[in-house]
Amino acid sequence: MTETVSRCPVAHDQLPQPAPLPFVSEDPFHPPQRLGELRAEFPVSRLLYPGGEIGWLVTKYADVRALLADPVTFSSRNRQRANPIREMPEDFKEQPPKPGLFINEDPPDHGFYRKQLTGQFTVKRMKALEPRIEQIVADQLEYMAAKGPVADLVADFALPVPSLVICELLGVDYAERGSFQEWTATLLNLNSTAQQVRAAVDELDQFMLRLVKQKRAEPDDAMVSGLIEAQDGAERPLTDEEIAGIAFLLLIAGHETTANMLGLGTLTLLHHPEQLARLKADPSLVDTAVEELLRFNSIIRVGQLRVTTREVEIGGQLIPAGSSVVASNLAANRDPEKFDNPDELDITRGAVHHIAFGHGVHQCLGQQLARIEMRIGYRRLFERFPDLALAIPLADVKWRTDMAIYGLHELPVTW
Amino acid sequence: MRVELERDRCCGAGMCVLYAPEVFDQDEEDGLVLLKIAEPPDSSLDAVRTAAGTCPNSVISIAG
Repeated sequence: MTETVSRCPVAHDQLPQPAPLPFVSEDPFHPPQRLGELRAEFPVSRLLYPGGEIGWLVTKYADVRALLADPVTFSSRNRQRANPIREMPEDFKEQPPKPGLFINEDPPDHGFYRKQLTGQFTVKRMKALEPRIEQIVADQLEYMAAKGPVADLVADFALPVPSLVICELLGVDYAERGSFQEWTATLLNLNSTAQQVRAAVDELDQFMLRLVKQKRAEPDDAMVSGLIEAQDGAERPLTDEEIAGIAFLLLIAGHETTANMLGLGTLTLLHHPEQLARLKADPSLVDTAVEELLRFNSIIRVGQLRVTTREVEIGGQLIPAGSSVVASNLAANRDPEKFDNPDELDITRGAVHHIAFGHGVHQCLGQQLARIEMRIGYRRLFERFPDLALAIPLADVKWRTDMAIYGLHELPVTW
Repeated sequence: MRVELERDRCCGAGMCVLYAPEVFDQDEEDGLVLLKIAEPPDSSLDAVRTAAGTCPNSVISIAG
């Protein structure tokens, strides 16, 4: 027995049988109970993928953080090879990474792409957008007020706000939202067939390439034009396909995630009236409330997918080279070793160390924008509608248990 | 307190500027971390600790 193996707390043959990723919760505000049991008893456990592959599930905060901090050992390049929820066809697994889609790249290529954008997403630049985001939020709240009560908070507020913001930032015509929102929904729907996913990706690719060609012909002040312009005289200029890949990632990541946080975060506050009352009494709590809602809801519920490039020990377990690994942000953000009473929502807890945006070099590029959208969004929503309430029984709420990004399909509200 | 950076490992997430803007800044071109004060006052210690602890690539260290 090697030194490494002797440190294993549980020999592989004493681990529970490989099991599918616990995904559907008994209580929709909380992670599946099994995820918590695994974190407590077998924090690195064997995961059975739909295609029959056996990989690993990592659930403890310290282990998830350590894993995500090591992108060389835990590669993102072939991370879609084994999806814990839906089986991918063989030819899909073997596709080369889409150019510019740097979420699927490793260092140093990942850093090459990311550095083209980090100057565009600084805290200062995002802060400079605050007046415009205030205006977008105010307009959307007036739209809701004129329409209701009742209104659908998702369709009338949570989705339009970040969609408008990211469209303006990138230079995408918001009138095209019907198309890109539908393709994104197909892409994220866990029940979509591989053919449907492929068709949606093709549509989005073509949409983004058309956008790049259009900005080449008629530049504007927005980010896609800025990226094109920045390639003049660059040592290694980006191709149109790469710029389109970057825009694809920013558009999807920029509207779906924040939209779901605005919708689910609102319901979470309505479901915890004592916490909501504190926020209404002291709106300056919104900054820490946003961090707590991010931690509590952890909407990327599938987790972060990685593939090991070498044999590696994590949490005392030895994982072979070439293994598929799921790092569960959801389980990590509810780890009692990191957060006291992790299953309680406490908007004053100062949950700054949550990893809802991930960790390591892949940590969300747009997180400072998302924070500002949420801070302004929640604050103005409850100022405009202090008596906001769910317009349907809680049991009738349509949760996004069928989507790669958690949240609500709709949220009928009254005031 | 002395703040040290491994700037070549910075991935421009901006956590340091979010939590300790008096000590850290980001380059306007590439978004990577800049140190405004190498030896910040003790009153900044909590903020710098938060910045170091939330940095996604553990680029910031505190000495002394």
